[in-house]
Amino acid sequence: MPIDQQSIQFFVGILLKIVILFVIGLLSPVGMNWVERRALAFMQMRLGPNRTGPFGLLQSLADGIKFAFKEDVVPLAANKWLYIFAPVVAVVPAFMATIVYPLGPKGVDIPFAASINSFVYSLTGIQLNLSTMDLHVTSFNVGLLYVLAVTSMGVYAIVMAGWASNSKFSLLGGLRSSAQMVSYELSLSLALVGVLIQAGTVDLVKIVEMQQGTYFGFIPKWYVFVFQPLGFFIYLISAIAETNRTPFDLPEAETELVGGFHTEYSSSLKFAMLFMAEYVNMLTVSVLATALFLGGWSGPFVSQFPLLAPVYFLLKVTLFMFLYIWLRGTLPRLRYDQLMNFGWKFLLPVALLNIFISATIALFAY
Amino acid sequence: MFELPIQQLIFLFVAAVAVFAAFNVILQRNPIYSALALIITMCALAGTFLMLEAQFVATMQVIVYAGAVMVLFVFVIMLLNVRTEEARQDRVKYLKLVAPLLFIALLGEVIFVARSVTTTAPPLATTGNEPAFGTVESIGEAMFSSYLFPFEATSVLILMAMVGSLVLARRRTMSEAETLGKLIEESGKPQLTPAEPVAKLEEKKEEIAA
Amino acid sequence: MVPLSWYLALSAALFTIGVAGVLVQRNVISIFMCIELMLNSVNLTLVAFSRFLNQSTGQLFVFIVMAVAAAEAAVGLAIIISVFRNRETLSVDEESLLKL
Repeated sequence: MPIDQQSIQFFVGILLKIVILFVIGLLSPVGMNWVERRALAFMQMRLGPNRTGPFGLLQSLADGIKFAFKEDVVPLAANKWLYIFAPVVAVVPAFMATIVYPLGPKGVDIPFAASINSFVYSLTGIQLNLSTMDLHVTSFNVGLLYVLAVTSMGVYAIVMAGWASNSKFSLLGGLRSSAQMVSYELSLSLALVGVLIQAGTVDLVKIVEMQQGTYFGFIPKWYVFVFQPLGFFIYLISAIAETNRTPFDLPEAETELVGGFHTEYSSSLKFAMLFMAEYVNMLTVSVLATALFLGGWSGPFVSQFPLLAPVYFLLKVTLFMFLYIWLRGTLPRLRYDQLMNFGWKFLLPVALLNIFISATIALFAY
Repeated sequence: MFELPIQQLIFLFVAAVAVFAAFNVILQRNPIYSALALIITMCALAGTFLMLEAQFVATMQVIVYAGAVMVLFVFVIMLLNVRTEEARQDRVKYLKLVAPLLFIALLGEVIFVARSVTTTAPPLATTGNEPAFGTVESIGEAMFSSYLFPFEATSVLILMAMVGSLVLARRRTMSEAETLGKLIEESGKPQLTPAEPVAKLEEKKEEIAA
Repeated sequence: MVPLSWYLALSAALFTIGVAGVLVQRNVISIFMCIELMLNSVNLTLVAFSRFLNQSTGQLFVFIVMAVAAAEAAVGLAIIISVFRNRETLSVDEESLLKL
């Protein structure tokens, strides 16, 4: 197959975007962890970590270094291979989901494109032809389903970690978690169906494109305002349960299960990987909420200055991430039977009702 | 031999992964390893679906099979704490000699067929207003128009399965179990079949309800 | 391009492995997993023919197979759990009685 210049440019562009998203995924746990500890501390009238660097900003980095240099203990009774493999299974799907983040619209003018072209030409002698770029890696026709498929593999990491550790706390945490994630995945997916009915596509980029513009000049065409408020709240609740965060953090309830499925992962890099996967999953869930319900990159002046799009997008995602911390500072943990009853007897019927309402609206409104 | 294009190489790799994992499913003695191997097979099959331009089926394969059905399996294996099974004794000794011969015959047959039939995929129809092949739209259209009845029948089947599994896996409540134990003691003979006391329990329930 | 027969050969191989598993394994859950493997191999033939005949009907059948498999897994595992509660074993050799 002859390799022409255009395809090189295409592949380099895609690789570059993947690397950028990967770095966002890598850095988000670091930043999020710092914000979480500081914000939670202020909510609880404490100070939080404030010694490492200005405002304790380097705390996460210090923790990372500590993880790397600690002795890597594999419990004697553990199943060694699965014990080592579980963190990998956690991290890989979490990062695979990052490639569909719709950061911005198609065909954005690259600033200083001409000077970049001439700069690269003067350095390497390759004549590039940069002018516009898409602010997302791909826009493929099963985007949303891809995210659901990839994130549904994450549950195996928790199950494997819980089983392989050969400890009763880990096993209980793993069992609880797999039951919880499977239960809430149902209402999560059903909450998305409402949006899909309204948008008529599963492509994340197209769903965001359909939410541009306003009604009457001031109400944005976001699905959270127009016809899907119920779906939004179902999604939000089940997303929090899906990522095992307070008030649904039973799988790793410190006060009853020590640490849940990662009890035996003694602060090594393997623990760091499990931890990172959890935060990247939170990021993915927030990105989906932003793209599907809050209009993605839409906001004032985006059509004039398309480079504002990723800024709006990341702001909205940050809002969701902060909501996680806020909830953790506010709400107590549910009991296990309460959790299951809530998921199956309340959330699921309401999600079905939401589908019914959306379908009825779609029947008459379009 | 012959030159292999990149697609065939990818297919061979995916197929090798699928077959290797499938062998692990049946050869592992520990059920949890079997389950994990089966998950790998399913993901590899999703890869072949992608090569067949069936993106929607591929994602559904991962969501439904790997993400939901197999979680159920792993969950049950962990819940019942199934241990490694012991090797069992052979019943018929000479089968060990016959099996490889049959295997070689089957393998030869498969290779013969694979070499002789060389139909390649027709180009995808791209004209007209019809939705593209393998997308959610094309399958959804077929599902909700010409194949509506099978679809509805499947949904009834799922409802039945849901209710059925609830009934099967349901445990008697604590008070029910206690009453049952008392009834067994009253009947004088500790017996293996609890049919009689169960019938009495149902009677008692009706009395309470009345 | 990959010829149709390759997909069918892969499918046949997986199906045969599934059958062998049903015959070899003594554990109910493992046998059940082998049945799932066989269903999966059939799905592969359906998708392959759907592509080579250029009709999406085959993919629709795959959905129905998936739904049936999911329902089967739910009921089957419920049966296995209730059998295990009564007999404390998962070996099919020891579960040959209809009544205790």
